[in-house]
Amino acid sequence: MLRDGPIARRLTAMILLIAGISLLLTSVAFGGYQYWSFRRTMLSNLGVRGQILASNSTAALAFADSADAVEILSALRADPHVRAAAIFDPDGVPLARYPVDLRDSELPSAPGPDGYRFEGGMAIGYEPVVGATEQRLGTLYLASDLEALYDTLFWAGLIGAGVFVVSLLAAYWSSQLLQGAVSVPIRRLAETAKVVSSAHDYSVRASTIRGGGEVGELTDAFNHMLGHIEAQDRELRAGRDKLEGYAQELEARVQERTQALQQANDSLRMYADNLAAANKELDAFAYSVSHDLRAPLRSIDGFSHVLLEDYLDKLDDTGRDYLGRVRAASQRMGLLIDDLLRLARISRVEMRKEFVDLSAMASQIAADLRASDGDRRVAFSVAPGLDAWADKRLLQVVMDNLMRNSWKYSSKKDEAHIEVDQVQSNGSRAFRVRDNGAGFDMKYADKLFGEFQRLHSVSEFEGTGVGLATVRRIVMRHGGKIWAEGKVGEGAAFYFTLAPRAAEAGESHS
Amino acid sequence: MNQGKILLVEDSRDDVELTLRALKSNNITNEVVIASDGVQAIEHLFGSEAGPAPMELPSIVLLDLNLPKVNGLEVLKRIRSDDRTALLPVVILTSSTEERDMVEGYKLGANSYVQKPVDFLEFTQAAKQLGLYWLLLNRSPPSTGRL
Repeated sequence: MLRDGPIARRLTAMILLIAGISLLLTSVAFGGYQYWSFRRTMLSNLGVRGQILASNSTAALAFADSADAVEILSALRADPHVRAAAIFDPDGVPLARYPVDLRDSELPSAPGPDGYRFEGGMAIGYEPVVGATEQRLGTLYLASDLEALYDTLFWAGLIGAGVFVVSLLAAYWSSQLLQGAVSVPIRRLAETAKVVSSAHDYSVRASTIRGGGEVGELTDAFNHMLGHIEAQDRELRAGRDKLEGYAQELEARVQERTQALQQANDSLRMYADNLAAANKELDAFAYSVSHDLRAPLRSIDGFSHVLLEDYLDKLDDTGRDYLGRVRAASQRMGLLIDDLLRLARISRVEMRKEFVDLSAMASQIAADLRASDGDRRVAFSVAPGLDAWADKRLLQVVMDNLMRNSWKYSSKKDEAHIEVDQVQSNGSRAFRVRDNGAGFDMKYADKLFGEFQRLHSVSEFEGTGVGLATVRRIVMRHGGKIWAEGKVGEGAAFYFTLAPRAAEAGESHS
Repeated sequence: MNQGKILLVEDSRDDVELTLRALKSNNITNEVVIASDGVQAIEHLFGSEAGPAPMELPSIVLLDLNLPKVNGLEVLKRIRSDDRTALLPVVILTSSTEERDMVEGYKLGANSYVQKPVDFLEFTQAAKQLGLYWLLLNRSPPSTGRL
């Protein structure tokens, strides 16, 4: 009960316990004192009575007058508590007894030592009877029961118990009144805390008490804390509201974007379909070009040849010259068609990327070029250790075109120099093919890579103008860039980059 | 030299003329039978219900791919599917530079694939090589030994 239960009950129990213990101790002390002082009073009263009787019975003893002695003792009737009395002569023989019919067994066999004491549940006393000359005449014996003592004790106990009960009741009542000062604020605090924790309502406050001591401080601290929490809670709510706002906004935006993406996807799919259709058409077109355009060319060239062979005598020089021109033109157109077809094919061919030893490839092309014209003196220098992540066949087309270009455009130099190496450009690796040939005017640098764009006349340098367009298309398919630097009469440098392997991790190869 | 016939399957009259001339200038004098489309080519080789009996098997078939009615690859398929002609030398002679045509041609059992160059001199050169190889050096398998 002291350890659990509501604080009010615990306080009451505590107060009652303390009050009870102190009352009990007080009662015990009081009762003990009463008992002790009553016994003393009792013995002293008995002594006074004994002395009076003893001095009265001097004559009766001196004259051994038994009747007189009985007469004296009969005065004891006034005190109902005296149960036995006797006057002994000096020999210890009772001269008179009280009451008269007292049996011997209720008398001591001989007088005990003088004095008063409690013995055998009675208060007894032996009083010497002394004559005028101080000689001993006999002994007076008195025995009184303890009824008076017990009566007194009984009443004292009764009163004590009454006081105890009344005091406890008073203590209970006053504790009920007073414990409120302590328990009520605590209970209120507890109730407030319960409201806070169950309803999460941080705006409530425990009612404060003036001069409440520690409980008052606790209440103040609690309210203060609530204030803090309320402020934080408010901020938190505000933050959460703001966040929710953001989230909704974000969701709306995501939805918007998703929709836009969907539309973009749809149109992309449409474009892809269109592109596929266009590719198919291009395919058919290329096929048709390769068959149908070449056939008439073959006829033109073939019959021109027949004319030159079989009807030579019927033609003059001009006629032969014209026929020669017809043949040259048709052959050139054949080359153009071949180049165009190659260019178209490059956009369609499936790429299979691998690490390609570009140094070895460039060296092989250099050897081939040298073998094609043993008269030319060209110094090739190919940097070792060039490797590229690319489709080998397409890269071969690139290097073939670039190096053949260098070879071609440096043909008018006595000391031609063609160099293949790599340089850093804007943080990425670029391969470079450089020569000291005819070069070009930087004004036209952007025209270099257009289909059928040429910066030199055919009579100056042969070519269809498709080679660099092909090169650019291949480089673009590899996710790279191509550009050129040049100066008329001093040479040209072609740079190209390829997407590194890491850039296409996770990308599909299709 | 093998004196068997040559079956030239070609729809372009110009190309026929030029091919004949190229053969002649290489002294290839074998008789040349001309089919101007795929149907004619099949009739020449296998005969037709109403038409003439099949011709004597040629020594070589020069086959263009881009033909009216039945194209060259189908003619080739037909040739390879018949026991009598399964081992007949067939050279595809075409202006197509398409890789897939070449691959498909070889897959269907063409013995050779020659691209007709625009330059007549080159064409003549190619015809010479063909004649040398297929008519002079190559020995036909025994099953075509009726020739």
